[in-house]
Amino acid sequence: MTKALKMNKNTQQCILDFLKFLLEKDKVKGVFTLKRINKNKDVAYSLITNPDEISTAVPFYPLMPVNAGKLLSRFTLKGSTKKPVVAVVKPCELRGFIELIKREQGSLENLFIISSTCSGVYPLKMAIDGVIEKNLPEYWDMVKKGEISPDLRSACRTCEEFIPYTADITVDLLGKNDVDKQCIMFLNTEKAEELAKDMNGEILDKELDNKKLDKIRDKRQNEKKKFFDEIEKKLNGMDGLIEIFGRCIGCHGCSKVCPICYCKLCIFESPDSEYRPSNYESDLRIKGGLKVPPGTLYYQLGRLTHIGISCVACGQCEDACPVDIPLSIIFKKVGESIQKIFDYVPGKNIEEEIPLVTFKQEEFVEIEK
Amino acid sequence: MKKDEDFNPKILAFLCNWCSYAGADLAGTSRLKYPASILPIRVMCSSRVDPLFVIRAYLSGADGVLVAGCHPGDCHYQEGNYFTRRRFAMFKKVIESLGLESDRLRLSWVSASEGHKYAKVATEFTEKIKELGKNSAKNKIFL
Repeated sequence: MTKALKMNKNTQQCILDFLKFLLEKDKVKGVFTLKRINKNKDVAYSLITNPDEISTAVPFYPLMPVNAGKLLSRFTLKGSTKKPVVAVVKPCELRGFIELIKREQGSLENLFIISSTCSGVYPLKMAIDGVIEKNLPEYWDMVKKGEISPDLRSACRTCEEFIPYTADITVDLLGKNDVDKQCIMFLNTEKAEELAKDMNGEILDKELDNKKLDKIRDKRQNEKKKFFDEIEKKLNGMDGLIEIFGRCIGCHGCSKVCPICYCKLCIFESPDSEYRPSNYESDLRIKGGLKVPPGTLYYQLGRLTHIGISCVACGQCEDACPVDIPLSIIFKKVGESIQKIFDYVPGKNIEEEIPLVTFKQEEFVEIEK
Repeated sequence: MKKDEDFNPKILAFLCNWCSYAGADLAGTSRLKYPASILPIRVMCSSRVDPLFVIRAYLSGADGVLVAGCHPGDCHYQEGNYFTRRRFAMFKKVIESLGLESDRLRLSWVSASEGHKYAKVATEFTEKIKELGKNSAKNKIFL
């Protein structure tokens, strides 16, 4: 059993009250969360220190403008925050952050993480079109029922990892039918219990309703199967890859937004990857023709092998893709297939090493021939 | 698939400096006979082989790619080949998941004293590639 804080008010309001309480009581010096930033009601991740600003925060807004894991990494890259900061992030963002910490790209020190059981988010395109606001009532209705809206991003519709693994506080949202009347926050760590001390509410022993969540996971799995079956038909060797990636304009946006792609000097953008006249000549001699600039599949296959092992399937790549390549499903499918051979769930456990930087002496004997 | 008797595959081989390259050398100085289909590239350790090298070779039309290193436990750098093994397992899975032919890739341990094994690997792998036929990426213009 875990300690939980129960408050009898709308969950979103409770979280705002809680964040304000943390700032006012000086328990944390800053709050990192989604916040409305202008009259257009645009939403962006922000760092807030003034308790009065909390009223414009929207911690569970159904949008992931940038993967917060990447932002937290940039925030703590040059050194951990000196003062305690609380961050409200989605489970996949947290997993992305953990993977980055494993790559020494950030630090959890002085950070408290609040996450929730996640219903998923809408695609960025809906934010650009300004239709998310209109959809909010429908979204929260869907959260209560634990259903999957066809408007959500495909990465979210197929996501089975909607329960955060390493959050200090987990907010019960998904499938909770009284989410607008009652708020349950699970205090997973001692730090969390310390934070929640003196907060108005009732402390009780409780567990997440796993039966309910398993049912939701079943729905998501069915959805995943549909998406995987569909993409499998297309992923049939070289011709299939050319079919799928033929639209790629080589903007490398997918790697810019990827929480795992962290290299400052990316090989695909280095002069080494640039074709020289001799490269063109030799390729043309063999093939008799060449797409210019070449290297589309080289880039995509390269990225799959470089980050596939840690892909948290957050779906940001697909959100950023200007030509709608179904990247999130491809990366999820390939990523899962390789994560499975190492029995690895990216971002689940900060102690667990990335499979490719460790080994056992007796393993994969059958690989060698 | 029907074997094309005139087909001489091109196989790119990444050989580690300390074991497999020396093994290939021994095969040569021992005057062992093996197909001339292998184009060797010497690397200091099999773990130096980034999957990108293999992808580039494959997309440029290599019919097969061989990665060869010291036997586990014998690595000149103590543990490089253990990493190679994991990375190769990962890479092979990626290739399989995309519906590409993972049989065009091979990982072999060849020590400096195994000239015979090198000749055997070269012969077997060439036969295998002949069965698979030409790499279809060779005449793809969009890559």
